[in-house]
Amino acid sequence: MATEATPTVTTTGHDLRRRSRPVEALIQGLLFLAGAISILVTLGIVFELGSEAWLFFGDPQVSWVEFLTGTEWQPGIGKFGIVPLVLATLITSVIAMLVALPLGLAAAIYLSEYASARVRNFFKPVLEVLAGIPTVVFGYFALTFMTPLLRTIFGQGTVEIFNDASAGIVIGILIIPLVSSLSEDALAAVPRSLREASLALGATKFETAVRVVLPAALSGISAAFVVAISRAIGETMVVAIAAGAGPKNFNLGEDSLFNFILNPFKAGETMTGHIVRISGGDLSYGSIDYNSLFAIGLTLFVITFLLNLFSQRVVRRFREVYE
Amino acid sequence: MSPVAEAEARAASTVVSQQFPQGEAAVKLDRKRSRRGVLFRLLFLASLVVAVLSLLTLLYTVVNQSFGLTALESTIPPEELIAGLGLPPETALADLEADSLVSILLEHVSRNAGRRLERDQRFFEDRLVFEPQDSWDALCAGPDATPGCTLPARDQASIYQLVLERVVEPNVVATWSFTESMFDRASIEAEVAADFPNAELEFRSWVSASFVRSPQNPEPELAGIRTAIFGSLWVLGFTILFAFPVGVAAAVFLEEYATDNRINRLIRTNINNLAGVPSIIYGMLGLAIFVRVLESLTSGSAFGAGEAGGVANGRTIVSAGLTLGLLVLPVVIISSQEAIRAVPQSLRRAGLALGATKWQTIRTHVIPNAAPGILTGTILAMARAFGETAPLVVVGASTFITVDPTGPFSKFTTLPIQIYQWTSRPQPEFQHIAAAAIVVLLVLLLALNATAIILRNRFQRSY
Repeated sequence: MATEATPTVTTTGHDLRRRSRPVEALIQGLLFLAGAISILVTLGIVFELGSEAWLFFGDPQVSWVEFLTGTEWQPGIGKFGIVPLVLATLITSVIAMLVALPLGLAAAIYLSEYASARVRNFFKPVLEVLAGIPTVVFGYFALTFMTPLLRTIFGQGTVEIFNDASAGIVIGILIIPLVSSLSEDALAAVPRSLREASLALGATKFETAVRVVLPAALSGISAAFVVAISRAIGETMVVAIAAGAGPKNFNLGEDSLFNFILNPFKAGETMTGHIVRISGGDLSYGSIDYNSLFAIGLTLFVITFLLNLFSQRVVRRFREVYE
Repeated sequence: MSPVAEAEARAASTVVSQQFPQGEAAVKLDRKRSRRGVLFRLLFLASLVVAVLSLLTLLYTVVNQSFGLTALESTIPPEELIAGLGLPPETALADLEADSLVSILLEHVSRNAGRRLERDQRFFEDRLVFEPQDSWDALCAGPDATPGCTLPARDQASIYQLVLERVVEPNVVATWSFTESMFDRASIEAEVAADFPNAELEFRSWVSASFVRSPQNPEPELAGIRTAIFGSLWVLGFTILFAFPVGVAAAVFLEEYATDNRINRLIRTNINNLAGVPSIIYGMLGLAIFVRVLESLTSGSAFGAGEAGGVANGRTIVSAGLTLGLLVLPVVIISSQEAIRAVPQSLRRAGLALGATKWQTIRTHVIPNAAPGILTGTILAMARAFGETAPLVVVGASTFITVDPTGPFSKFTTLPIQIYQWTSRPQPEFQHIAAAAIVVLLVLLLALNATAIILRNRFQRSY
């Protein structure tokens, strides 16, 4: 019976399915290579950042412990403590999150639970435009609008011309569209039946949105938050323009914690801001300054990469699957 | 109802009323809940309004700085030059013939400065102005002939620019924003009359045709963005050249060929991770790989193109384009994947059933049907690359160049980088030209995005 099923093959001797097709195989190979380039890019990043950072740590002036705990970053006199840079990054990111998370989430809830088609058609493009504006423009905005505004509100003496608060708020604004669109996707994925059940039990629209839909979409929303944090940490131009052109070096015993070290109204260069400022100048390859940038870059990459991996895990592990 | 029955009813309802309020209390609670609902609804809406307001404020800030009154002090006012030529006073300096402009230069520019200008580029095809004919011939016959010997003569616009730069020397002494200029004109006029008696107050649009056409200049009132726009276009060209074919090929592989094995899963996760890597990290990758390791290729010295664009030692347009190409690659791949996924399975099966091989089916059915989606995604990725600044600063965009890029191995600057540099200057005039450059950048981005939307609407198919 089996031979009867493929009579043409046996009579002619040409099994078209088995014919070798070198061109097809070649094309498939090329397409695979294109896909594999992404892996090469990741390896390239890890290798380059790693090897230059290795050279940096191999330098007798540098020690691991000092790098991770030192509170002064002054390459000129051989002080490489990353704490002030990381701290400034943390300050701007926390402020950005305080702005972007509540606003972005609230906007997403409104768009997904309340808004009519007409209202959506107005607000969605506005958010898209906001998301499409280059970050250097937001940097300009921070310097020429936000900083003067803060200085008017809190006083010229309190707020320096370059400060972390202004940069942080503007980063928050630029991240709102990211938070709202990712959160809205998560909310929209919650099935209608859950909402209808809640409404049928007598819950108000608000109670349904916050007590039923929001918890059901929690995995997607927390993933959105993590992505937003990683975006805020990696944001460069706004801090390069508005946050200050020098690390806020401090001395734990002497400087006041709240008036200076954690004060967002003082200038403080972030990791990304420092990389841009130093690499924009004349830099000789192989110098310790050059290598130190890669050590900062590696720190930045590790932080954001872990955050991204974490967000993907969160989505996969805590996703509520609905029929 | 008798008091006994009432008491019984109350007793029966105690159990319920402990959890659910009855009567008056229920109405009260209901009102409270609905009030809370309205309040939060308004709060949610307010956060959207905040987003809209931020966008409007941002645009307002930029426009406000792009137009406004300026007080100009010229070394020699243009009217004086016009009068000196014996022309009617209403003649504009910009409309003069090249002849008259050169005669102004001849009168006001020192002989040596004039000769340098002429050696850079001559004023007329048929005659010389500052340099005697015989020394010019000797100069051009020599081994190090100046560019003036071979370049075509300057056009009227560039001679006018020279007159402005060398003779008129307009100097902006004070500037005001658009709102100030509109609502506070009288006090501005008084201020100018008191502080700068020689200055002329004029309403200036910092965005102008000459702003777009002029090259970079240390004087903000003469500076323009031509070099930056050309730089951006060149860089973007290389970005497309790299990211488009590679991105689409990777997407085809992932959607059509990749089985669910470990390598392919790794590639998928990895692309998502790459999309989240900060752009500045790509800049560092570009600096390490394209600028340093592949220096002989990216500086063009391997192709013998070393001196054409000056010594750019790897910090060239190619390096920048490839760096941005890597940066937008994940975006191109992800959007192409979505477009390919949207092509219905029936089309593939039809192709295969007619005896086409897998690649033939993909080439003739899948890709053409996914093309609008792929193009839209690519254009959006280009818009992203166009506004990208940080990686290019790291890769080594030049801080100050006045010559248009001539090829892939030229030094370069781009529009966002120009904005960054101007924004970082403390003088107010630079804030105005930064704003003007932002206006141009946003208009170009709008054009790109509009193209994407038109493409999407025009070729969108539904199955």
